[in-house]
Amino acid sequence: MLELRGINKTFNAGTVNEKVAIKDLSLTLKDGDFVTVIGGNGAGKSTMLNLIAGVMPVDSGKIIANGRDITGLPDFKRASLLGRVFQDPMMGTSANMLIEENLALANRRGKRRGLRWGITEEERESFKKLLSTLNLGLEDRLSTKVGLLSGGQRQALTLLMAVLRKPDLLLLDEHTAALDPKTAAKVLEMTDRIVSQNSLTTLMVTHNMKDAIEHGNRLVMMDAGRIVVDISGEEKKNLTVPYLIDLFSKASSEANDAMLLSN
Amino acid sequence: MFFGSLLNASPGAVSQGIIWGIMGIGVYITYRIMDIADLTVDGSFATGGAVCVMLIRSGASPWVAVLCAMAAGGLAGLFTSLLHTKCDIPAILSGILTQLALYSVNLRIMGGRANQPVSVDKYSLLVSQRYVRDLSLKNPLPLVIMLTVAVIMLLYWFFGTERGCSMRATGDNPNMARAQGINVKNNIVLALVFSNALVALSGGLLAQYQGAADVNMGRGAIVIGLAAVIIGEVFFRRVFNSFALKLLAVSIGAVIYYLVLQVTLQLGLNTNDLKLISALIVAVFLAVPYWKKLVTAKGGRHA
Repeated sequence: MLELRGINKTFNAGTVNEKVAIKDLSLTLKDGDFVTVIGGNGAGKSTMLNLIAGVMPVDSGKIIANGRDITGLPDFKRASLLGRVFQDPMMGTSANMLIEENLALANRRGKRRGLRWGITEEERESFKKLLSTLNLGLEDRLSTKVGLLSGGQRQALTLLMAVLRKPDLLLLDEHTAALDPKTAAKVLEMTDRIVSQNSLTTLMVTHNMKDAIEHGNRLVMMDAGRIVVDISGEEKKNLTVPYLIDLFSKASSEANDAMLLSN
Repeated sequence: MFFGSLLNASPGAVSQGIIWGIMGIGVYITYRIMDIADLTVDGSFATGGAVCVMLIRSGASPWVAVLCAMAAGGLAGLFTSLLHTKCDIPAILSGILTQLALYSVNLRIMGGRANQPVSVDKYSLLVSQRYVRDLSLKNPLPLVIMLTVAVIMLLYWFFGTERGCSMRATGDNPNMARAQGINVKNNIVLALVFSNALVALSGGLLAQYQGAADVNMGRGAIVIGLAAVIIGEVFFRRVFNSFALKLLAVSIGAVIYYLVLQVTLQLGLNTNDLKLISALIVAVFLAVPYWKKLVTAKGGRHA
């Protein structure tokens, strides 16, 4: 479904602050793959997702989605292929607009936005049903401003918006990192359900090794802008946290405190 | 004595306020909906007046003149938006550049003169100061009210459409908008064109109302626009919740501004100090929300 071919990305090239973020990275996702991505701070996880989403251009390499080269496409044109949920719950929704308006905006992703009314009665009905599946009581609050919701509620809503028009690829960038543990678990469970129900191809970045092991059918570990571990199938199912840490210290140039501490 | 003269002057203040209110609604689109401070308006307001007056003087119908003024204002907005979106110049600087350029453009439109009269004796005008106390169809009030209502209804409809919603999202959270496939730059262009078309409409009406276009008539217009927006919000925040009513509040805000101005003039204020006082009033109103936040934050710490 998605193919990254020899991607390179360097920030502040040619200055003292030069930082190689992604180095000759290649990765191929099959349809229906649910890949968890782990790695220390600065390993390039978020950068990889941002490059796929087109938030910034690659320095070199190619991004192929569904056999189509999207390397030069601006982010808003890639959006028809992608559903995105960000780390910051504030980022994925419009705070001053109503819940139903946010959903209606998401329901038109990839479509021409013309002079028809921005939301229809049928949409309201279907949004109500969809929201009731979240069990957050949002189905009765369609005309509440999103800014009044909690972080967890906003993140759940963002997730719903990301998959409202079934995306070819779902990008989750540490989407539970800013939530309290209980809410994080709930949103993760919701993620699992939505991904399997729609058999979505998914890339999920996480700081939490346990989550990376427990979710998805494939796990990749990044270090210094490269993929250093790529495990799937039975091997993935049998992974344990100590084994993963062991793998990491062997694969990476240096032991990473941040990763050890995050468990 | 004082109240007598205020009452005497108020029909003029109300008419002028409503005309400026249309400009305020234009500012609302950029400042509140798109979160852009667009300084083009100081120039495009005068452009509207200049185009309108010159066309009427050359024999065009005042309606055609007003429509052309709007088109000219829209072009000014387009220029600013292209500086911003295609050349990556910050919005505020883009506006300043256009505003400066428009000064020359406006002089050219007015045939190289800084002031061009359009007398209601010689031409048929949509609105004129002369009839502000007349109880007839010539009175400017009904027309400016109707135009304001029409503008509000049109905008209410537009910002409820798919495209309008995508523009509101663009202003509120461009990140989210892009992730939902919205072309943020196109929406900024559209908003600046709409906004400046309304500003020029207001300028065209005011020029007719005063009986002349002046190259300096837009100086400080952005401040009056902001004043209208902010005064409207301060007075009607709790009562007016729907979008249409918020726009109406801007119009009423402009009227209040002109009434207050009238009062201060009646109190014997020097007209030369008007801009200073306008700037101070707007600065205070802009600062109030921040001060309030500081006070509540302090209160929270003590609690």
